[in-house]
Amino acid sequence: MDLFEYQGKQYFSRFDIPVSAGGVALSVDEAVAAADKAGYPVVVKAQVQVGGRGKAGGIKLANDATEVRTHAGSILGMEIKGHVVERVWVEHASDIDEEYYASFTLDRAAKKHLLMLSAKGGVDIEEVAAKDPDAIVKLHVDPVEGLSLEAARRAAVDARIPDKALTGVASILVQLYRCFTEGDCDLAEINPLILKPTGEVHALDAKVSLDVNAEFRHPEWEDFKATEKLDARERLARDKGLQYIGLDGTVGIIANGAGLAMSTLDVVNQVGGSAANFLDIGGGANADLMAGALEVINSDANVRSIFINIFGGITRGEEVAKGIVEALGRVDLRAPIVIRLDGTNAEEGRQILANAGIPESRLVSKPTMLEAAEAAVVIAT
Amino acid sequence: MAIFVDASTKVIVQGLTGGQGKYHGLRNRSYGTQVVGGVTPGKGGTDVEGIPVFDGVADAVASTGATASFVAVPPRAAPAAILEAAAAGISFIVCITEGIPAQDEARTYSTLLRDHPTVRLLGPNCPGIISPGKCNIGITAGEIAQEPSVAGPNVGIVSRSGTLTYQALYELKQRGIGVSTCVGIGGDPVPGTSFIDCLGEFQADPETHAIIMIGEIGGSAEEEAAEFIKANVTKPMSAYIAGVTAPAGKKMGHAGAIVSGGKGTARGKMDALRDAGVRVGQNPTEAGALMAEIVAGLR
Repeated sequence: MDLFEYQGKQYFSRFDIPVSAGGVALSVDEAVAAADKAGYPVVVKAQVQVGGRGKAGGIKLANDATEVRTHAGSILGMEIKGHVVERVWVEHASDIDEEYYASFTLDRAAKKHLLMLSAKGGVDIEEVAAKDPDAIVKLHVDPVEGLSLEAARRAAVDARIPDKALTGVASILVQLYRCFTEGDCDLAEINPLILKPTGEVHALDAKVSLDVNAEFRHPEWEDFKATEKLDARERLARDKGLQYIGLDGTVGIIANGAGLAMSTLDVVNQVGGSAANFLDIGGGANADLMAGALEVINSDANVRSIFINIFGGITRGEEVAKGIVEALGRVDLRAPIVIRLDGTNAEEGRQILANAGIPESRLVSKPTMLEAAEAAVVIAT
Repeated sequence: MAIFVDASTKVIVQGLTGGQGKYHGLRNRSYGTQVVGGVTPGKGGTDVEGIPVFDGVADAVASTGATASFVAVPPRAAPAAILEAAAAGISFIVCITEGIPAQDEARTYSTLLRDHPTVRLLGPNCPGIISPGKCNIGITAGEIAQEPSVAGPNVGIVSRSGTLTYQALYELKQRGIGVSTCVGIGGDPVPGTSFIDCLGEFQADPETHAIIMIGEIGGSAEEEAAEFIKANVTKPMSAYIAGVTAPAGKKMGHAGAIVSGGKGTARGKMDALRDAGVRVGQNPTEAGALMAEIVAGLR
């Protein structure tokens, strides 16, 4: 789950990482109130989960309430790369001497945590990595041993962070590591991490992605979930406990297992179609799950055909077939179904579907994944 | 022969009295696996359809001589269960639990590496392992696995995805091709056993003559495997990578399956494998068909 900048900063604060005083605002009046509280001058920042806000005019400096009114008015409702700005973050403007970069992620190849630190921050770190890879220090941290202040300080020296900022940077690194581990982040990134003329080091931005598997031990994440950017289909799917990702094609996909669902998208693409979604109904594939999945697919106006791709392992083919027949009785579908049922007791399952009296204009059964994909794509195009 | 588990493997099920543990543990026993005990704290002395239950793994190991454990407990309890098994002398741990926080997974892996370097963990979030006709630990439906033939050729399967593992087993069964061992390594960010571990074992296993590998988007495990294959694997291979059409930045069900920053794409992985001499199919059926060609050539 990706957080907005303001949520990331709130999260940082829990781990004593210094951020600017500020507040989030949904309206111009709220923005002025937040600015008054933070103290002028302030920066008004569009809250969208996409890069390039500054270039798009989504970040503005305001010296007084009138300017806040003007800028918040223009930024709220603005569209940045397809994302409509619903909130602005208004914070006290910082004087900046230098800009650095710091992040923690999991390096899956090394199976260790990875610190990336650079004295060249404030810009796209991918660019720095491409043009000047030596400017980024990478340090693996053993998840059991953790990150000591000494190791953080050595990394800062290696990254050529100037002496006057070393202590501040090292202590923020240790706090950011705590946020990453205890806070169950997939990513905790500060760009830029700034040095102020006063000598203080401070997080000017926050990019945080949370590991939803750890949700059970973070009741404080409830607020973050409320603002998560999901489209209507994704929200409906989540309510039904389904693994769903909305895409923009015309073939609705239902499969059991993440790998098979991904594979189904690929095969549809190979035969010249495009998938409307990724949907994994998991191992169960019973009538309730199937009805829920069909309902979600049915809510997508782009869907012209529905490809159900089930491989019976533990779940037997006849149970899946019964589930589909029952689900069809509950959901009034706009698009026809093409089904490929294979694996354990697939033949019995196909018989149940054949005997259910569903007209061929509504449900077609195909023996292989490829043939089913072809049939679904023909209907959809 | 087979890799990791065979007919002599004695298995305990951690969480045998729970829904998943009981269902799959009993299925594994019906398949012929030596399921010799279960562990559920507080339920020691009871039994599940004749399988004795112990309070802790140490008791279970002392009484049964088990060397393998099947961990089927919820995400919050799984890391401790894995470490308990390792401390009690279990050498092969299969964890099917889905939804363990990545931080816990990374810590568990590092702890195993530091304190129990000889213990092998398969998973978490994996379908398990089956050496057809000998031993089945996990959630694989045994009936879709073809037993290996004495004459061969037999195929080893290693896969990151559950249903696609079954698909691969099924593709081979339909073609009458025997399977030495099928290992599902799981789709999580920090799997205990990697493609490379399995490929090395298959290469050394005299009963395995060819290998199918099934990968998916995200991370760099397939690319690392390709490097390993180039240097160490002489047995013929076919492969399939799921997620060619997956959009960047979206997790495709598995915690590990995500294309980010232009890395972990299916195309890159397929190219790396082709470069290592692996025949790559565009879908699971094609990978199965390619394997049938390979096997025909070996006969």
